[in-house]
Amino acid sequence: MSAAASGGRAARFAWALLAAGFCLPTLVPLAAVLQALLVPEGEVWQHLLAHVLPSAVADTLWLLLGVGLGVVAVGVSLAGLVAMADFPGRRFFDWALLLPLAMPGYVLAVAFLGLFDYSGTVATALRAWGIELPAFRGRGGLILVLTAALYPYVYLVARQAFASTGLRTLEVARSLGHAPLPAFLRTVLPLGLPWIMAGTGLALMETLADFGTVAAFNYDTLTVAIYKTWYTQFSPRGGLQVAAVLLLFVLGLLALEARGRRGMRFATMGVAPLRRLPLTRLRWLATAWCALVLLLAFVLPVIWLAVAGLQHVPDMRGRFWALGRNTLSLGALAALLTVAVALLIALAVHFAPSWITRLTQRLSTLGYAFPGALLAVGLYVPMAALMATLAQAGFAISLVQIGVPLLLLGYGVRFLAVGHAPVAAGLLRLRPSMIEAARLSGAGPLRIIGRIHLPLLQPSLMTALLLVFVDVLKEMPITLMMRPFGWDTFATRIFEFTREGEWGMAAVPSLALMVAGLLPIWLLHRGRRASEGLHLRGQAHA
Amino acid sequence: MNRLILSLSVLLLVSACSRSETAPPPTELVVYSARAEHLIQPLFERYQQETGVVVRYLSDSEASLIERLKAEGAQSPADILLTVDAGNLWYAAEQGVLRPLESDVLTANIPAVLRDPQMRWVGLSVRARTLVYATERVQPTELSTYEALADDTWKGRLCLRSAKKVYNQSLVATMIAELGEPATEAVVRGWVDNLAAPPFANDTAVIEAISAGRCDVGLVNTYYFGRLLKDTPDLPVGLFWANQGEGARGLHVNVSGAGVTTASKQPEAAQALLEWLSQGEAQALFAGSNLEFPANPMVPADPLVAAWGPYRGDDLNVSEAGRLQVQAVRLMDRAGYE
Repeated sequence: MSAAASGGRAARFAWALLAAGFCLPTLVPLAAVLQALLVPEGEVWQHLLAHVLPSAVADTLWLLLGVGLGVVAVGVSLAGLVAMADFPGRRFFDWALLLPLAMPGYVLAVAFLGLFDYSGTVATALRAWGIELPAFRGRGGLILVLTAALYPYVYLVARQAFASTGLRTLEVARSLGHAPLPAFLRTVLPLGLPWIMAGTGLALMETLADFGTVAAFNYDTLTVAIYKTWYTQFSPRGGLQVAAVLLLFVLGLLALEARGRRGMRFATMGVAPLRRLPLTRLRWLATAWCALVLLLAFVLPVIWLAVAGLQHVPDMRGRFWALGRNTLSLGALAALLTVAVALLIALAVHFAPSWITRLTQRLSTLGYAFPGALLAVGLYVPMAALMATLAQAGFAISLVQIGVPLLLLGYGVRFLAVGHAPVAAGLLRLRPSMIEAARLSGAGPLRIIGRIHLPLLQPSLMTALLLVFVDVLKEMPITLMMRPFGWDTFATRIFEFTREGEWGMAAVPSLALMVAGLLPIWLLHRGRRASEGLHLRGQAHA
Repeated sequence: MNRLILSLSVLLLVSACSRSETAPPPTELVVYSARAEHLIQPLFERYQQETGVVVRYLSDSEASLIERLKAEGAQSPADILLTVDAGNLWYAAEQGVLRPLESDVLTANIPAVLRDPQMRWVGLSVRARTLVYATERVQPTELSTYEALADDTWKGRLCLRSAKKVYNQSLVATMIAELGEPATEAVVRGWVDNLAAPPFANDTAVIEAISAGRCDVGLVNTYYFGRLLKDTPDLPVGLFWANQGEGARGLHVNVSGAGVTTASKQPEAAQALLEWLSQGEAQALFAGSNLEFPANPMVPADPLVAAWGPYRGDDLNVSEAGRLQVQAVRLMDRAGYE
């Protein structure tokens, strides 16, 4: 007995060490911030405190509030409808509502401004009819754009939660005499909370770190203050110090999420798909809501891009295949590696809960809220120093040779949170009794992971792979800074055109980027279809 | 799930196999460029045809490229840093990543105000910033200087780009050089008071807003205007050369330019490329492909650009704008110009 216990302790320690080791690189940017805090930039700070930070903090808070409410309202309503109700077009919207995931926020912002700002296509057309749209280029418009770009995070994660327990819960609540909507609000919604919060947390972290979208609106968040300090006051260190303020926001968000999750157990029974809730008079309203979101967040911007880019297609001079190959292979590699590490960390917390693993879990997600260019510098500077030292010590290795692995490391640090959130939420769904039973029957930990965890986590892992893949595709600053020669992607091409304000030319790689992002969305959809079909057939046989 | 992993793996395998390794040719220059690929690629292709030297480049923002150069130190593969403004070249030189050049060709081809006094970088094209106005609502006689846009006449009629763009920072920096901080701050406050709409994210949006009737005057770089004019010849927007009067300091100009890195192992070859870019057809193409003005006064501008007529540029060295940039940024923050 005691031998078994000590073996367990050793295994726990090994888990913790492994997870902590993998999360080490994520500490690098954090260390860069802390190190920057040691050297005061007095003059820069006096100026920032007096003229920049107060409004930047207030504007950031407003934006977080607006985008938070926006993505929850849109994401949860869509996920609830698609997962639990029956209405015309449901099967189509089920996957089509994920399409905006492939649309980078910075592209969406420019498309929206091109449509709805004073000189935009729609605004100009309406003016001819005597209708004046309210000023679009402001906080409200920005919140609309970010909501359209980020609601899929909530939708994707919440849909999965509702699909696995929602219907059964709803059925029970209704059998107790509740009408569908109160039943949803009082039972399904609270039960889905950890998933909704995980998705919202991702959306808000993305909002905190975003530069491209807010820059298109000239809206000054903390991240803008960071870049401004670095780029225009020539003070990278000052930028890192402002990032310390940003980190406080991130810690606040994480604490909020942890609070929401505390004490909750969400184990579930084996689920069989039940009949979806037929909506009677409201069915077309549901269809209209889904259609409106899809129209605004995807269809209209794509049409605008296509029109803007049409005349520039011949300019692309056949380098497209190389760009596509780079984009896809970087995305695929980064997704597989990042999700593997995310799974490892989540399992470590699951099997060996201790302060080490929990801290690891928290720290590993910080990179997602960090402005990309700053994170790139934070990683690249120490790696370059390391390579110089190694070269001096006589190792035949150079910075140029390790380019791609270094870039993948950068993606991993940035997007570990994205891979981790769905996996961790999925692990909450596992019934402890199932694992106890397996353990009692003498199965080793690897066998348990292979036979119980991985199959049950499959939907979560697919979600994680998809999210990381698409996020890497859209990523710009890390790719720009850390890519070796010849590894240009669609995103770096968009950057080159937009820098010079060539929006027509940028439309072409933007559309290509979207097509590349649609590929895994389609695969995910087919995978789900197949597993649903299998499930139903299995039931029929039983 | 398995299918997804399988497809991703197949993708990887295919891309790995199709990436064939070729031995690097003998002379190869590496350029870190903040200037967009479509503006430099044709030039580098032509240079290779003429000299056999292969030019490879990596694009990113100036700030990241300079940090990258600093981090890489002596192991950097870069021979040349190319930017689209003088401020960042000034900063790169301050940080010690650029080396002084000795070149009679460059000093002969590029006027002294458009290059570093210590020759650590040279301007290769001129980016002029000036006034644009709605031809239907404004007479050119109403316009005179950048500073005059702060007058009450323009209340609710002015459109500006964000203060975060370096072109506005360098313009304000040159105003500080001439007028001093207090007078410049008064002008910037006047601009902010006169705004018809919050500052825009780019110059094209400013011109479009004037064209759509949102405002009557604005401040832009000429090549944005040229581009729109190319697409829409009957654009109801006109160009006005600012600060040309007697005793005025002249038009504000910035440069897109380059320097040879300290880390370069082949500085002679790198300098030869810069010399080639400073003359003749290469110089015309460098500026003309983006409708900018050539830095070499002997080289004619693109016909569309030349049609705007000559202007007198500010005779302050462009590196001064870099030196005063931090002061300008803080001044604009104080004045509430976002």
